[in-house]
Amino acid sequence: MTFYVIAEGVIAFLLVAGGIFAFTGSLGMLQFKDFFMRLHGPTKGTTLGIGCVLIASMLYFTITQRELHVQELLITLFLFITAPVTGHMLAKTGLHMHLRFLTSTRGSVPEFRDEDVGQSRVARPAKARHPWRSRQRRRRP
Amino acid sequence: MKPLGRFLPTPTLSLVLLVVWLLMARSVAPGQLLLGAFLAVGIPLLTRRFWDPLPPVRHPIKLAWFVLVVLYDIVKANLQVSLLILTPRREPHPGFVEYPLEVKEPLTITLLANTITMTPGTVSTNIRLDRSSLLIHVLDMREEQALVQEIRERYERPLKEIFEC
Repeated sequence: MTFYVIAEGVIAFLLVAGGIFAFTGSLGMLQFKDFFMRLHGPTKGTTLGIGCVLIASMLYFTITQRELHVQELLITLFLFITAPVTGHMLAKTGLHMHLRFLTSTRGSVPEFRDEDVGQSRVARPAKARHPWRSRQRRRRP
Repeated sequence: MKPLGRFLPTPTLSLVLLVVWLLMARSVAPGQLLLGAFLAVGIPLLTRRFWDPLPPVRHPIKLAWFVLVVLYDIVKANLQVSLLILTPRREPHPGFVEYPLEVKEPLTITLLANTITMTPGTVSTNIRLDRSSLLIHVLDMREEQALVQEIRERYERPLKEIFEC
């Protein structure tokens, strides 16, 4: 009996903590003053928030249905892969659009070289060979 | 892991695909195992041509340790950023830092950039196409040199040891 009480407490704590973290992450969007600082909230605060909720979900369903529930790990995995990439793409777009940032920001944005901007200089991948006709084509010359 | 014959060019990927399939199907019935194994062999064979060859993992134990360190840092990062958001009176000092890269493989750079974004107060912003440096936006910067040192010691060195040499 006590086991269930403790488990319930842990799950409730995780749910509340997850809600608080997700909320502060979103609050950061309001609180911070420029685009690049606002990026920090969603890329971090939200990750732990959702992580807490997912752990709570795993615990709850494992205990109540008496079988192992781990497919929430997949959500965590996809989240950990996609969140930083999205953050990076947003930040990069911000740089290229010359968005303004706080004047108190230390350090400076470097000048882009031509190859960083990538106007028609995108490296083209080598032409793909046809899976089974490649041999015939190679013979021709 | 090393390639195993013609039908398993990337055994690690196949294993991950099989596990993901079983997790999504939520059973280990023979039918699901068979279907999962079929997909785990088929998908890498079909998509192999899209990818650069990936460097092998040289130290699996160090990789596991690295993952644990990063998870701990994620929790710490969340607490720090939340505190910073919840105390509006304390003004953060944002800044850009150009971080000279030591690792050169695309996979290692990707992992490093992702790690930097997930950990304390830093977001990777831009990478030079010649792979020489990474631009990082820091939420609350104290010492530029200390930050570069910390990233190098804590994340880049282990990644380099795990994947490159």
